[in-house]
Amino acid sequence: MKTYRTMRTALRALRRNPMRAALTTLGIIIGVGAVIAMMEIGAGSSAAIQKTIASMGANTLMVHPGTASSSGVSFGSGSIMTLTPDDCEAIMKECTAVKTAAPVVRTRTQIVCGDRNWVPTFIYGSSPAYFDVREWNVPTDGELFTDLDVLNSSKVCLVGQSIVRELFDGRSPLGKEIRINNVSLRIVGVLRQKGANMMGMDQDDVIVAPWTTIKYNIAGSSITNATQSRSSTSSSTSSSVNTISDIYPSSTVSLYPEKSSTQAANNPMLVRFTNVDEIQVLANSSTEVQLAIRQITSLLRDRHRIRPGQPDDFVFRNMAELSSVMTSTTRMMTNLLLCVALISLVVGGVGIMNIMLVSVTERTHEIGLRMAVGAQSRDILTQFLVEAVVLCLLGGALGILLGHGGSLLVRYFLKWPVMTSPAAIIAAVVVSATVGIVFGYYPAWKASRLDPIEALRYE
Amino acid sequence: MALIELNNICKTYYIGDMSLPVLKGVSLKVERGEFVALMGASGSGKSTLMNILGCLDHPTSGQYRLDGQDISRLTSDGRAVIRNQKVGFVFQNFNLLARTSAVDNVVMPLTYTSEDLTDRQCRRRAEELLTRFGLGDRLDHEPSQLSGGQQQRVAIARALVNRPPIVFADEPTGNLDSHTSKDVLNILRQLNEDEGITMILVTHDAGVAQHAKRTIRIHDGMIVDGAYGGRVSVGGDA
Repeated sequence: MKTYRTMRTALRALRRNPMRAALTTLGIIIGVGAVIAMMEIGAGSSAAIQKTIASMGANTLMVHPGTASSSGVSFGSGSIMTLTPDDCEAIMKECTAVKTAAPVVRTRTQIVCGDRNWVPTFIYGSSPAYFDVREWNVPTDGELFTDLDVLNSSKVCLVGQSIVRELFDGRSPLGKEIRINNVSLRIVGVLRQKGANMMGMDQDDVIVAPWTTIKYNIAGSSITNATQSRSSTSSSTSSSVNTISDIYPSSTVSLYPEKSSTQAANNPMLVRFTNVDEIQVLANSSTEVQLAIRQITSLLRDRHRIRPGQPDDFVFRNMAELSSVMTSTTRMMTNLLLCVALISLVVGGVGIMNIMLVSVTERTHEIGLRMAVGAQSRDILTQFLVEAVVLCLLGGALGILLGHGGSLLVRYFLKWPVMTSPAAIIAAVVVSATVGIVFGYYPAWKASRLDPIEALRYE
Repeated sequence: MALIELNNICKTYYIGDMSLPVLKGVSLKVERGEFVALMGASGSGKSTLMNILGCLDHPTSGQYRLDGQDISRLTSDGRAVIRNQKVGFVFQNFNLLARTSAVDNVVMPLTYTSEDLTDRQCRRRAEELLTRFGLGDRLDHEPSQLSGGQQQRVAIARALVNRPPIVFADEPTGNLDSHTSKDVLNILRQLNEDEGITMILVTHDAGVAQHAKRTIRIHDGMIVDGAYGGRVSVGGDA
């Protein structure tokens, strides 16, 4: 009852002097507001920087098949064909550090559209996850193909900006058909411009189609890619159906006569599962790339039944350089934000303490009077603490609004990336209450220690 | 039993290595229902004695019994409770809270009372007191809207709100003109006569002291006159 009355006295004292309360609160509002605005703007910038670096591939990881060798003769990278689309599914499902993964098959061949032709640097077959891995999932025009297209090996594809320039003179190619190895693919989307990669290769000179389409319908009849040629189902459906291929044979000229069914039965080829040229993996973050590598290694060794001691039949490639840039940038941004937040809080806190001390000095007489009529030091302490905490919470709430509003203004007028962080808001509230208690305690304690006689005499 | 009983009270202030004795063995008794004036020149130890009597300060040595309770050994919080329950103060400069209505000023001491009173009871008590002192139409006025005499009446109401047996008035008329002074002194006398509230009036003005029924004179830290109901007694040395 007594404590309740004291608290109410504190609230009434605040109401009695709104100017002083407002000034005290202003310090906190500015402190908390600065923290929140800085955190939001900083976190936004930090996220934007990290996203930029990440889009360059800092958290991507490529799994390539290993090298086959025979009698000391190596067949070069990717000559073992044990990497399968099922491996990709398993990686996505079982590796916790992996956000998503996409199987990739590659080929390189001529494409034709009307009276024009072109040989793109890359013809990729993949799944929709590929666009997530490459941070390429917003086409400038049209839309991405879907998982259903992959299942159906639909004859669709997306093209890069360079293809649009070369084949269509920059006009929208949506709905147009292009022929690759006499297979017609309908263009459903145009990919955003990506420019050259770090090696200087034009990344926009690209066609991306469902991997089933490339694997079974196009690469199957293509010989240009060494890895793909061996998996050739030599009499592919496309070439047998296509009558033009009789005139312009696109398939390999066989050096040897084709086996008859009897011969085939006598020397059965091992039935081989479908392999892919690479699996592209997106780790949850650049820091989890190493964890992802460990998880994928153990998973793939398990799936490929590699005995302990035997070498892996796959290799990893990642952007080690980018990862280190990213890690150091992230650390620097975090430290910067921390410094800014600490400085703002110290400034705000000192402001609170100063005005609280002034308030105590100014009200010495009142404190003396209250003590003379029977207030114990505990009552005075409670009153001033309650005042401080109420002001801090109020200031904290207003500060959140101010800081948030400020960062929104920055977003609208300066077009800066801003990220609302609930953590910063919670931290600011907790800190403002703590600052209120800590920085309000000293003046309150000082007030409660006053000698009533001295205080009453004080003018 | 006497309401106030001081036995050989000494108060010495220490400033650095110097000791400054202000009260040098004061003994006095005040019975319940008395109206006593405490007189002395400035620097005589009058204020120090008043502070000790009002439980604002503790003596260096000696014994002080108020209403049968030994005060000299209490902690500052213990003295705060006594001040709240047993003592009312009226000050020379009123000491009202600025920007606070008359009623709220009067209610203020009740904030620190452990007695369970509802807000309405508190307010009614304050209103009754103010009405009795002719301020019934100024309940919600702030001190700045009141004259000096009215402010002092609010202060008296505040002193009485906890129904203390004893009221200390420290130069209550020091800031008032002669006409309002008389009003205030009449109120104090009425309270003493009608309700038997023990009144201790601190003053250096002989005219004001006349209103009291007994005068205690203090000089140079010792009581020279009036320590025990009319008998002349020089405070015994420690």
